[in-house]
Amino acid sequence: MLELKDISFNVQDEDKEKEIIRHLNLTIDDGKFVVVTGPNGGGKSTMAKLIAGIETPSEGKVFFNGEDITEKSITERAKMGISFAFQQPARFKGITVLDLLRIAASKQLTVSASCEFLSEVGLCARDYINREVNASLSGGELKRIEIATVLARGTQLAIFDEPEAGIDLWSFQNLIRVFERMRHANTRSILIISHQERILEIADEIVVLANGQVSKHGPREEILPELLGTNNAVGVCGCLKRRDDL
Amino acid sequence: MIDAIQKRLLAEIADLHTVPTGAYNIRANSKMAARNTTANIDIISKSDVSGIDIRIKPGTKKESVHIPVVLSNSGIKETVYNDFYIGEDCDVVIVAGCGIHNCGVQDSQHDGVHRFFVGKNSKVKYVEKHYGEGDGRAKRILNPVTEAYLEEGSSMEMEMVQIKGVDSTVRTTKAELAANASLIVRERLMTHGSQTAKSIYETYLNGDGASADVVSRSVAREESFQEFSSRITGNAACKGHTECDAIIMDKARVLAIPQLDANNVDAALVHEAAIGKIAGEQLIKLMTLGLTREEAEEQIINGFLK
Repeated sequence: MLELKDISFNVQDEDKEKEIIRHLNLTIDDGKFVVVTGPNGGGKSTMAKLIAGIETPSEGKVFFNGEDITEKSITERAKMGISFAFQQPARFKGITVLDLLRIAASKQLTVSASCEFLSEVGLCARDYINREVNASLSGGELKRIEIATVLARGTQLAIFDEPEAGIDLWSFQNLIRVFERMRHANTRSILIISHQERILEIADEIVVLANGQVSKHGPREEILPELLGTNNAVGVCGCLKRRDDL
Repeated sequence: MIDAIQKRLLAEIADLHTVPTGAYNIRANSKMAARNTTANIDIISKSDVSGIDIRIKPGTKKESVHIPVVLSNSGIKETVYNDFYIGEDCDVVIVAGCGIHNCGVQDSQHDGVHRFFVGKNSKVKYVEKHYGEGDGRAKRILNPVTEAYLEEGSSMEMEMVQIKGVDSTVRTTKAELAANASLIVRERLMTHGSQTAKSIYETYLNGDGASADVVSRSVAREESFQEFSSRITGNAACKGHTECDAIIMDKARVLAIPQLDANNVDAALVHEAAIGKIAGEQLIKLMTLGLTREEAEEQIINGFLK
């Protein structure tokens, strides 16, 4: 179980302090599939980084399985069972997909076991296993490999920061299937930051984050109808249309 | 004849754990320790200066030559001249390298001058590794000079590796390419402590269709200093690319000087140089996979130099 208790996070913006997260309280129960949505700039990614230890809160405490992890490093939290899939994954010269999956699994994963994780995210393993995680990969390929590393870790809590961002429509269908399967496996907690209606539709719970605070939190059946038609839940076509408008 | 220290040095520089198959010449503490020739590859000691001539018959394929050098006595200072004459239509692997173990107070220095005369349509893979060890106060110094003359349609791939323990290096490599010849250089370098390493590459593309790709990847740690200077001269309708990609850490310094000299309107030459520290996002990603910051740095460096 993950608990955020009275979390605040401020950054220095020119001369004044800017509040990104304001006295946020949130509990994620074990085995739940929770989707966090809300307007851009509402603090979603920051909250995810505070959970993984990439940022440290200005105030408040983070508890994981009842233990205060506020002062724990990224590495310690990773070892305790928290995984994080980045919105914009890093690229590495010379490190192959297999290397990265092996680091993620923290063991000498066999090639066939690695292939299963890649197949899971819709990549033909044979084509990718020995490729370097470098600039030769497209944004969509990189995102799927990022998700595969989280699958390979198999931790109690997995956080995905906008997994749909930078993924084409075709891959998006695959991605939904990945999350549906993860939900059915249902042995761990999943926290996904997303604006996608298709992802919101498979949530157990939906959290709406706005102005650095939880403005709504409840079962999907209750929250989703309130969101439909707003910018917090965009269909795939709506999303593409929005991009066209840019 | 070869002791335990020398064996370890051989394993580091030439991946040799036993006596190699094929032709070889092992030089230990300025003396020939072992030599083998084959029907197609002859090795002859020079009479005027220290060194050997390696003659490879035309049409020799899938054979290898190992010529490692090890120095385990402190205070040796030597210059060795090795010439490789590779006939036409060959396909061979040449492994050189120098390992120095210096526990004494006197500097050890090995300057190898290697010249390659590569015959028409021949293919050569050349691997050169440098390694130093020993906790003595004295320095381990290596100044290799490599010259390659590539005839029409020939190709050479050079893998130059220096990862550990060499205090001071000036590596000078010069290549001249005739029509349709190609050269690939992959340099991998890591320096630490107060080491200095200077790499100078001069490539002349003299014939139409000649091509060169000279790429260095390096990591400079602590207070070390690296200089990478690569110049490609295009004298014909040719293609040339040179690149220096360096990770800088601690208080190190890296100087990259890529140069292009085009003397022909159809010479297509490109250079790239990038120096930077390990990206924070790379470290954070690996830390979220459970590695410590130090482990993450090692993984990134190992991958980069792989």
